[in-house]
Amino acid sequence: MQAYLDQLIQGGAFAGMPREVVYAIGMLLAAFIVLSAFVAPLAGVTSWLERRVWARMQSRVGPNRVGPQGILQWLADGIKNLLKEDIIPTAADKKLFSLAPYIVFMGFLCAFVVIPFGGHLIVADLNIGILYILAVTSLVVVGILMAGWASNNKWSLLGGMRSAAQIISYEIPAGVSVLMIVFLAGTLSMQGIIKGQGWAPWDWYLFHNPFTFAGFFLYFTAALAEGNRTPFDIPEAESELVAGYVTEYSGMRFLFFFFAEWGNLYVIGAVATTLFLGGWQVPPLAIFENSPMLLAVAQFVTFFLKAYLWVFVAMWIRATLPRVRVDQLMSLCWKYMVPLSFICLLGTVAFMFVPADGQRITSAAMFGLGVAITIIFFLRVGFQIRQAKPELYFKPHI
Amino acid sequence: MVPLDYYLILSAIIFAIGVVGVLIRRNLIIVLMSIELMLNAVNLTFIAFANSLGSMDGQVIVFFVMAVAAAEAVIGLAIVISVFRHRQSLDPQEMQLLKW
Amino acid sequence: MNGAQVGFFILAGLLIVSSLWVVFQRNVVHSAMALVAALFLVAILFLTLNAPMVGVLQILVYAGAIMVLFLFVIMFLNPIGLEQRRRLWWGFGALAGLLLAGALVPVLTNGDAPRDPVVATELFGGPEELARSLFTDFVLPFEIASILLLVAIVGAVVLAKREP
Repeated sequence: MQAYLDQLIQGGAFAGMPREVVYAIGMLLAAFIVLSAFVAPLAGVTSWLERRVWARMQSRVGPNRVGPQGILQWLADGIKNLLKEDIIPTAADKKLFSLAPYIVFMGFLCAFVVIPFGGHLIVADLNIGILYILAVTSLVVVGILMAGWASNNKWSLLGGMRSAAQIISYEIPAGVSVLMIVFLAGTLSMQGIIKGQGWAPWDWYLFHNPFTFAGFFLYFTAALAEGNRTPFDIPEAESELVAGYVTEYSGMRFLFFFFAEWGNLYVIGAVATTLFLGGWQVPPLAIFENSPMLLAVAQFVTFFLKAYLWVFVAMWIRATLPRVRVDQLMSLCWKYMVPLSFICLLGTVAFMFVPADGQRITSAAMFGLGVAITIIFFLRVGFQIRQAKPELYFKPHI
Repeated sequence: MVPLDYYLILSAIIFAIGVVGVLIRRNLIIVLMSIELMLNAVNLTFIAFANSLGSMDGQVIVFFVMAVAAAEAVIGLAIVISVFRHRQSLDPQEMQLLKW
Repeated sequence: MNGAQVGFFILAGLLIVSSLWVVFQRNVVHSAMALVAALFLVAILFLTLNAPMVGVLQILVYAGAIMVLFLFVIMFLNPIGLEQRRRLWWGFGALAGLLLAGALVPVLTNGDAPRDPVVATELFGGPEELARSLFTDFVLPFEIASILLLVAIVGAVVLAKREP
């Protein structure tokens, strides 16, 4: 991005303008393009898809009226929310109440600066990329606490406090799992981590050794908890807290919270893909050699599909698992996930001393294990589908 | 380039604001927050000097200051909580007795 | 005055305003929010001073952890009522602050540090450089800092624990 701007400056495109101003304008423009062309539709379509998938899993139909299969439902919902009255409770702290959604939104949006979309498609490849993501996502906590406190409602306050406690607790296992990959890759840059892996699954850090394999699941679980997703969505548990810290919000500001939540799912998937699943790496085929455009498209599609797979898994988990209790949530983090993640970190460090041949054999074995688990999983799903009672089948024609 | 002096003047101002906070406020939490502000002013000085001398030492010191600030905030807030339990107040003036 | 200086003055102005807000705001939660803003602005100033690693750590440690702790304690204790503004006392405090700033500025700006910054290399301020200094010249303070943090954790638990 910066290199491209430098090229334009060299070409005399912005004669007489100071370099910093050009950079600032360029960055703002890039951020705006990413926001409007990618993040907004992505979060919207994710919200629609989640409702559809969830409905299917519960033998319901789900929203299917707006557009083909209801795919434009998110636009209708968005417009409806924009037109609704924006209520600020009289007892609320008005300034903080109106500011909070934007802080949450900003914290999530800033992550997109370093998320790669392809080999060259990245807003800025910072040399502290992954640390930057951890830092900006921790800003979300401040926004959530602010929302919870400013609403001046006991449910909101409880929800905000729960959410903050949960996010800062689960940051530890997530951070330690990230650290494992940073050790292996020797860099914090997102593109650098991807370049340390290959296109083939056995070159991914996921299958590097048993500890990174476990670390992936630790990361994914902790990230779901940080994103306040079921089974860790106690901050907005309907059955106990009305809607947690969003109870008093309506209209536009309500929309911002949910926009951030659904967009955050993609961030989780993208970070997991970057760290463990080889990112945008594609096989070195002959057609890519002479057409960089095709290569870029293939890389984008690869990355997007890998990342979106985990968004889908998160939807699935939401439809399947019940919510955990608040004390179970904390004991899961501090008694199991934190010690496990430290064991995985030490194991990975020990593994770095294994000679290259041994490492190759382990990756092959881990890959075999991964394939075996996937096959068993699908056999099990098939078995369950065959065993299901016919009246539970979803039959829209009845 | 921004001259080094600008950063130094800025950090002097921020430090003085932090000192004022410690002097005038009668709320322990705000006193602690003012101390954080002062630490940050000092950090800014370190980073500015590190940049102008081209040495990493200043940045490493800031790293340690952050560790110490975290420890200080944790202990300070724990003391605030236990004082609040006994006195139901955050006023430092209420803390003049050396026993509970 | 070039672009970098304009940027600096904007950041510095915002930083001073938010620091004043921290100190002179009667509502504790508003003070804490202003402090979050001030710490964020300091992090951006670090970025302009070729210290990206320290800047990101600043956001992670201060805004992400320390300030959340402060907010937690504020909401946990929920101190009712605003502190009253004692005009005379606050005026004296502000005067003392002005005097202190007036005394600090000449002391700081008359040092013999080079006024023209050394041109930074590509790696300056990045994770590699920071880690190299940290684990060669400063390895003993680093270990001591880790013990300090452990002591802080244990101390906080002991202090804040409810008596049986």
